[in-house]
Amino acid sequence: MVSAPEIVLQGVTKRYSSGALALKDISLAVERGEFVTLLGPSGCGKSTLLRLVSGLSTATGGSILVNGMTAENARELMSFIFQDPTLMPWRTVEQNVGLSLELEHAARALRAERVAAMLELVGLTHVAKRYPRELSGGMKMRASIARALVSRPRILLLDEPFAALDEMTRERMNEELLRLHGEQKWTVLFVTHSVSEAVFLSQRIVILGAHPGRIAHDITVDLPWPRTAALRDSQAYEQAVTRVSRLLRGAQHA
Amino acid sequence: MSRRAWVVVNSLALLLLLLGIWQAVVSLNHVPAYLLPGPKAVAVAIRDRFPSLVSSLWITTEEAAGGLAASIVTGVAIAMIFAQWRWLRQLVYPYTILLQTVPIVAITPLIINWMGPGMLAVGVVTFIICLAPIIANATQGLISVDENLIHLFVMHKATPGQILFKLRLPNSLPNLFTGIRISAGISVVGGITGELFAGSPRVGEGGLGYAIIYANNQMETSYMFALVLAATVLGFCFFFLVMFLEWLALHNWHESKRAGMSE
Repeated sequence: MVSAPEIVLQGVTKRYSSGALALKDISLAVERGEFVTLLGPSGCGKSTLLRLVSGLSTATGGSILVNGMTAENARELMSFIFQDPTLMPWRTVEQNVGLSLELEHAARALRAERVAAMLELVGLTHVAKRYPRELSGGMKMRASIARALVSRPRILLLDEPFAALDEMTRERMNEELLRLHGEQKWTVLFVTHSVSEAVFLSQRIVILGAHPGRIAHDITVDLPWPRTAALRDSQAYEQAVTRVSRLLRGAQHA
Repeated sequence: MSRRAWVVVNSLALLLLLLGIWQAVVSLNHVPAYLLPGPKAVAVAIRDRFPSLVSSLWITTEEAAGGLAASIVTGVAIAMIFAQWRWLRQLVYPYTILLQTVPIVAITPLIINWMGPGMLAVGVVTFIICLAPIIANATQGLISVDENLIHLFVMHKATPGQILFKLRLPNSLPNLFTGIRISAGISVVGGITGELFAGSPRVGEGGLGYAIIYANNQMETSYMFALVLAATVLGFCFFFLVMFLEWLALHNWHESKRAGMSE
């Protein structure tokens, strides 16, 4: 049996209430467990596209199916990670991470166990009782990732999650994200404007053009797995970055 | 001696100096006590009339605290309703500003006409002037929530109640305390204003405002000074109590309470 793709977009169009056309005729299929990056200049609607898939906003045309359901009905399968860590400052790290379990009234013992396991996985056990203001930028982002993963999503939607971090932290977070993906095999839609990040993380890169947002290129990244920090020194990686950069520039001026 | 202790000693010395100048001006010029009593005469009045001073202070404390507490409960409830229904907020919110602009001195006699003199009427006057800052600040805190946090709650199928109590309400605490601090300061003013009009059901017994009028009529200016001092101290205590509660609620997590972290 051939399983259907996890996320299917067909002819998706989004027009803002102001009348501006944000996305035009987007068709895209993402396989189960695939890591797909949406790459594009600002204003190409990549974040809008992510919001449509999450069901936070509705398309004005075309159809979106997530695991065979409408985006809104498939919310339970998805977790969203924002550009800012968006932790609640009045909650400790573990209280922030346990939010989704708390909202669905999971038993206290189960909650504590899953939160502890998650903190262990992202290396935040030692700051479980701390408040967000005491954490570094990278630690906050890790807490945000832990919060998204604790509900055991099948699909992870990330909207430029590492854009505000410094280069070193960002690279380390990229490596950790891939390690977690290797263990948990979620389907990923990742939005970024960093070419190197896109190449390092993705199996596939979808390059969007702007005004209106549309798919300009759909590229498979043929770099070996598992990917580690050493990959960044390889010639194949550099060539891939160069190629994607060129396509991105082309999409911008088309 | 630590820096802080030094500052305290200096402040006290300044206070003593000012009291000394005041006493000297009164004594040297033989100013009669009914016009301007010296600090010594005020101290004597406090000592001689201590029981009735404390009794007046306590009555005003009850009225101001009662009015303030009622305004916090009502104000937060109204703000929650405003936060839940935007159309209602836009419809009604402008009118809550009237609460702030209405001249309280002018409507106090009306309230006393309707409710009769006494502590309840004074509590209502306090309630009215305390309400607007609570509503304004609590509403601001409830609606200024990070949009992404709301999205997060929605993604995890949170109920409106969960969004209100687990997200909006804790988010509003810093603003709410700003409102309570403002209202705590004016609650004592409200109580005394009410008492100036409300009088007292029993002759000679009443809150600070009533006692101030009474002392003025009797030309007991030294006692009047003592009463004004008591009212000032009361407002001060309210303010610091709220500051302390604010610190208790926020010091763990809020940026404004960050001081001392590096020590």
